[in-house]
Amino acid sequence: MTRHTLSVLVENKSGVLARVSALFSRRGFNIESLAVGPTENPDLSRMTIVAEAESQPLEQITKQLNKLIEVIKIVELDGGAAVQRELLLVKVRAPLADRNQVLQTAELFRARVVDVNVDTVTLEATGTPDKLQALVAVLTPLGIKEMAQSGTVALGRGPRSMSGAGTLRPVDQRSA
Amino acid sequence: MSTTAHAGRTPAAPGQSAVPAGPAPGAGPAPATPTAPSEAAAAATLGVETVARTMAEAAAEPATGITGAQSLVRSLEAVGVEVAFGIPGGAILPLYDPLFDSRIRHVLVRHEQGAGHAATGYAQATGRVGVCMATSGPGATNLVTPLADAYMDSVPIVAITGQVSSGAIGTDAFQEADIRGITMPVTKHSFLVTSADEIPQRIAEAFHLAGTGRPGPVLVDVPKDVLQARTDFSWPPRIDLPGYKPTTRPHGKQVREAAALIASARQPVLYVGGGVLKAGASAELAELAELTGAPVVTTLMARGAFPDSHPQNLGMPGMHGNVTAVTALQKADLLVALGARFDDRVTGELSSFAPNAAVVHADIDPAEIGKNRRADVPIVGDAKATIAELVSALRAEHQAGRTPQLTAWWEQLEDWRARYPLGYDWPEDGALSPQYVIERLGAIAGPDAIYASGVGQHQMWAAQFIRYEKPGTWLNSGGLGTMGYAVPAAMGAKYGRPETTVWAIDGDGCFQMTNQELATCAIEGIPVKVAVINNGNLGMVRQWQTLFYEGRYSNTHLNTHGPREGAGKPVRIPDFVTLAEALGCVGLRCESKDDVDAVIEKAMAINDAPVVIDFIVGSDAQVWPMVAAGASNDEILAARDVRPVFGEGQV
Repeated sequence: MTRHTLSVLVENKSGVLARVSALFSRRGFNIESLAVGPTENPDLSRMTIVAEAESQPLEQITKQLNKLIEVIKIVELDGGAAVQRELLLVKVRAPLADRNQVLQTAELFRARVVDVNVDTVTLEATGTPDKLQALVAVLTPLGIKEMAQSGTVALGRGPRSMSGAGTLRPVDQRSA
Repeated sequence: MSTTAHAGRTPAAPGQSAVPAGPAPGAGPAPATPTAPSEAAAAATLGVETVARTMAEAAAEPATGITGAQSLVRSLEAVGVEVAFGIPGGAILPLYDPLFDSRIRHVLVRHEQGAGHAATGYAQATGRVGVCMATSGPGATNLVTPLADAYMDSVPIVAITGQVSSGAIGTDAFQEADIRGITMPVTKHSFLVTSADEIPQRIAEAFHLAGTGRPGPVLVDVPKDVLQARTDFSWPPRIDLPGYKPTTRPHGKQVREAAALIASARQPVLYVGGGVLKAGASAELAELAELTGAPVVTTLMARGAFPDSHPQNLGMPGMHGNVTAVTALQKADLLVALGARFDDRVTGELSSFAPNAAVVHADIDPAEIGKNRRADVPIVGDAKATIAELVSALRAEHQAGRTPQLTAWWEQLEDWRARYPLGYDWPEDGALSPQYVIERLGAIAGPDAIYASGVGQHQMWAAQFIRYEKPGTWLNSGGLGTMGYAVPAAMGAKYGRPETTVWAIDGDGCFQMTNQELATCAIEGIPVKVAVINNGNLGMVRQWQTLFYEGRYSNTHLNTHGPREGAGKPVRIPDFVTLAEALGCVGLRCESKDDVDAVIEKAMAINDAPVVIDFIVGSDAQVWPMVAAGASNDEILAARDVRPVFGEGQV
């Protein structure tokens, strides 16, 4: 099983998310993360889907996704050839005695302090899933009270774009 | 609700009766509403297509200030709908008012499932998009089975459902069901219309989606307030489906690769699926078959795509396919799959299916290619275009001196064919043989008739023992295996092809699921014929209980022969003959071999009413050959405990 990141351009209409997620569950795929948001074109949304799958079943799911009428285009983003980011908000126990350690950790990970009170500090961090995992690992012994993490969003590196002409190789053409 | 205005509508016939008139048996469907004399004359001389076209032209004129319901009816007329099968109810009531005046014929069915299967039968028999309608909630959920059925068998139908008013959606209102959500996994697409202004576009898109690419069912859900709102109508609307671009032209390089493989194969098989019928590619297939000289197998969904009388047709492969067709696939060195999907009922155990075969897989749906079996040469395209291009590419191969040598292969195939023909034994207890009944029905009704079957033993026998010569003459529920399909599908087929004899071949189990549509047939003037192959049991399940559950017949006895020995009153429940008569049909019964031909001929002579024949047949007849579920096709049994000897080493 390997991790795959699919970037999916879909029509900005109600019900599309339900169709996409239902397709994954029906075919037995576990979505690791899913992020939906607007794009440069107001008629389109971009879904970034991270899933664990072998390559053959992945090809089947991308073909099935392509059959959904509201799906415009699907591209698999390879790790090295794409910028992948997640956002983490984490509320850490930070009594005066530990506070410096929390702040130093935040600095090391280039996280920002977005809320402070007597007992806790809330940090905001962005980065690759690996980096955020490392930050969580360092903060855990200090006492994480609560955290919220976004799904991955990703863009291919270089000048090309998914909606432009002559661009990234769509997944569905690999076998044909 | 106060809308009967027909602004801007030329052929409106205010004051004239709009009571639906049944089509005269044996004649083309009559327009339901009186039309202008010139139109009526044109329709009478030019037939159904012209009726649809004239109606479409008239409906395409713009209108202002009409209701959403009127706009919807105009849209259906404009896309050329001639018939819709349905039942009204609260939420869809506004639509039924303008429908009352429309020349679209509405056939009032007795259950929404019947509406859905009728639309499917109509579509399969005519190649046009079938239409069914239902109200919100239970009306709509009753359409789920036929929608799933049409989805599995790629049948183009459009379902129009009423929905509770927009403001009530999501409040658990009376008769509310999220039918768009419910049908997402069993439709090609589904729409919830949110404004009356978008009705023409959604209808145009629904028909475009249903009928193009890989065909399939599309649902359009319309809230009641949208039907009642005021809107303007113009036609044609813009179709805006940026994510929908089916590939119909095959890739030339892949076609040439396929042709090269075909030209060099020594044991090729053309594995033909329902896609060939959907594409109307039977003529192209015949050309390809004769050019290659290769054997052809036609799957359950493709019976009729290639004539059974053609010497190259080996018949049906699969779980109950004949030994030669199954074994030809197993021993092939090349499978040319055309509009087929390597279904588990064809492949048996996938890992041991056709182990030495290279695979050319042509399908209009890229997701089918490589789904179950890896394709060496994938071709995405419409079957008609693909096969035509394969023929040209193969001609080039032949001209270059590369022609296949299939003599040894045919010797082998003919040997199997001679040793393992399809056959059956007569029941030992002297009961009537169901296979004989079906064989005689096929012989008497002939290759021009349409046969629609239910699901189970009688379906397999109808696929095995009737000779199909023409496309669109065999209708069944292949993928979903929907018991109850036969009667309503036959009704839809008979409506679409009124000049053709249409037989439903049903089991006593299936028949009890949807026979109420015979009332529809009797009242609406749709004289179908039904052969109930009554073995008193859920026959296919009973066969498996015999074979795999030590003859423990748990809940398969239906009492339609009378009760089991020593139990209950000696009556048939139900008595299909009196049931048929209660439903306005002619009821006949046949219990012996000597009467079979006479009763079929008697039914053939009745054309002014539906006919039901209750054939009382043996309970223990079995479907053979058989590949047990999950077993390899190599384990095929020609008959119970009879394993064919394939002459290993010869091939």
